Amino acid sequence: MTTESTPVPAARPLDPTRADLTRAATPEAAPASASNEPLILTGSGAILKSLEYLGITDVFGLPGGAIMPFYDELMSSTAIRHILVRHEQGAGHAAEGYASSSNRVGVAIATSGPGATNLVTAIADAHLDSVPLLAITGQVFSTSMGTDAFQEVDIVGITMPITKHSFLVTRPEDIPATIAAAYHIASTGRPGPVLVDVTKDCQQNSAPFIWPPKIELPGYRPVVKAHGKQIVAAAQMLAEAKRPVLYVGGGVIRSQASAELLVLAELVGAPIVTTLMARGAFPDSHPQHLGMPGMHGTVPAVLSLQESDLLIAIGARFDDRVTGKPSEFAPDAKVVHIDVDPAEISKIRFADVPIVGDAKEVIIDLVAAFTDAAKAHAPDYSEWWARLNLLREQYPLGYDEPADGQLSPQYVIERIGAITGPEGIYASGVGQHQMWAAQFIKYERPNSWLNSGGAGTMGYGVPAAMGAKVAQPDRTVWAIDGDGCFQMTNQELATCTINKIPIKVAIINNSSLGMVRQWQTLFYDGRHSFTDLNTGHDTVMIPDFVKMADAYGALGIRVTRKEDVDAAIILANATNDRPVVLDFIVSRDAMVWPMVPQGVGNSSVQYAREHAPEWEQE
Amino acid sequence: MSHVLSLLVEDKPGLLTRVAGLFARRGFNIESLAVGKSEIPGLSRITVVVDVEELPLEQVTKQLNKLINVIKVVELDQSQTVEREHMLIKVRVDASTRSQILEAATLFRARVVDVAADALVIEVTGNTAKVEALLRVLEPYGIREIAQSGLLAIGRGSKSITERVYKN
Repeated sequence: MTTESTPVPAARPLDPTRADLTRAATPEAAPASASNEPLILTGSGAILKSLEYLGITDVFGLPGGAIMPFYDELMSSTAIRHILVRHEQGAGHAAEGYASSSNRVGVAIATSGPGATNLVTAIADAHLDSVPLLAITGQVFSTSMGTDAFQEVDIVGITMPITKHSFLVTRPEDIPATIAAAYHIASTGRPGPVLVDVTKDCQQNSAPFIWPPKIELPGYRPVVKAHGKQIVAAAQMLAEAKRPVLYVGGGVIRSQASAELLVLAELVGAPIVTTLMARGAFPDSHPQHLGMPGMHGTVPAVLSLQESDLLIAIGARFDDRVTGKPSEFAPDAKVVHIDVDPAEISKIRFADVPIVGDAKEVIIDLVAAFTDAAKAHAPDYSEWWARLNLLREQYPLGYDEPADGQLSPQYVIERIGAITGPEGIYASGVGQHQMWAAQFIKYERPNSWLNSGGAGTMGYGVPAAMGAKVAQPDRTVWAIDGDGCFQMTNQELATCTINKIPIKVAIINNSSLGMVRQWQTLFYDGRHSFTDLNTGHDTVMIPDFVKMADAYGALGIRVTRKEDVDAAIILANATNDRPVVLDFIVSRDAMVWPMVPQGVGNSSVQYAREHAPEWEQE
Repeated sequence: MSHVLSLLVEDKPGLLTRVAGLFARRGFNIESLAVGKSEIPGLSRITVVVDVEELPLEQVTKQLNKLINVIKVVELDQSQTVEREHMLIKVRVDASTRSQILEAATLFRARVVDVAADALVIEVTGNTAKVEALLRVLEPYGIREIAQSGLLAIGRGSKSITERVYKN
């Protein structure tokens, strides 16, 4: 019996600036196994060789008992740079930042038990944001499995609901095919995390190393090319629509379809919104761009969806933070839903025209189909644009200076973006600063904005920025972080300093868990239950972030006055011999606006608090 | 309403956990589950009966298809399908009831597979309605214990869900 065997994956087309670093996994790259004598390797050696042949150049991890055989091999590798993190969660997020900034597969390595469970948050994060992540964990001896051995956990079982797939490997001869299959699954179709759990005896025992291995995945065939009939139907609807919107999600970035999207958008002339995960997929400076939709989206973006008669959703999944109350979302719109994952289509919102395919391929086909459709029926969106331009005029994105005279967090973030520019990379934590960074930094290119969108993982920022800087060493990489988030993963500053990964960290220090505090202010009668962190203005400032930066060998600067903001950012951008931590002491009363309260329809979007009626419930 | 799904899956460790976990995670209740080998080495067939509406069923089917080790998911149209359940029933007997119970078993084309002084084990095969009917008939005599298989189902006619799985 033969099955459809999957070819050994070549690394996906990468950022061209890094193409030289990619050694595609071609059969030519295979070892001297062309001779009759196959190479005999330990399982550990086979993991390393497989990673090398797959073109992996950087991995993040932390050793422990059950992964020591692999680390012994890793020590002598010249092709793979290993970065020793201080906590496995840092390895996971670093691998995510690495992947999200470069479209390459990120690799995180941990030992069994607690090492593996420390990866869980990052794996879940990668699952929700479709990040190609390869997690390799050590497992106790196969003979001890199931006995509650020291540092034994069933990590395959634990991660089953949060991985695209997972493998347990107990025999060294299975290593090459498993690692290659894991890489293939992680990086193709809808990308996601794949876990490979390798027992210690598998790492120690030897077997012939055969490359390229035969990968058999008969149940895995991602659909890339979409059905022609559906594309024609979508083009037809687009040409006939009066109020269409291109609703662009993170799938466009994963599919590297930004150039194609620009062609489609300009050909069609319809407005575009980019979700939190898609910031940068389409230039913010483009006149057709209405900004980000959703709970903290711009008023024009939110209302364009509400008033639309046709949504072209591309690589977007109608997340509740975008739709608000789904039954009231875009009530008059027909939906064309383009996604590589068939399970996303009609999951939340019924799709009138479902299109399963890779965003890039589908957009190319849609451009051709629309060109034909427009010949028969040239679209006219002039009334639509008149309405949208009015909204843009009436409700531009903005903010007020804080009443308490403290620094405005929005101003700080805006200046970081303006001074650093669109070639920089911005990774954020989760909360108010994340929303402000999505709103007030102007993104012009994909892969420049990294954040934890689906999972909302506080602490993503610093390690993700570290990973991005490793993938894109020539770019300036900022972590826009909060004082809460920063305290969750700042241990990776040590990793950055020791490994010469000079990231810049901006702590938007409002001395509190700001987003929770904002909700408490709005929905819980101002009862600020356990959201004070005492890190900022008029507090004991524990910890002192500047002293902390100093302790980590980073440059630490505290900024409290508006006139010092630019100089600090410029100095940070010029400092490349060590990481930089800027502690911006900002007003704690600043809030994220606009806002759609949770659980109501998006037509209830509020521009600012003064414009907000009393909200009965959240 | 109940739907019968037939899954062709790779026989890999943890496969059943993946399938069962998916149903649980998405909030679907499995009514019956039967797992066994298929005619192709290395592939198993899972027959699942699940009680859901049409739209969520479509979602669960798509999610099942996303599992890497799941090769095919087919919803069997119950009018075009042969369905069988298998049940072993241990029923209390005494001299006065034995002949009535044997008669009932014969009517249902069930077989007696174990005999003791005060109990019989009856084996019955059939669709769900038949199996349940026999159970109702035997109930008054005192059912000691039952063991039941999940529903097995296969399409009528010459078509096979495994065809076209392997092209070469």
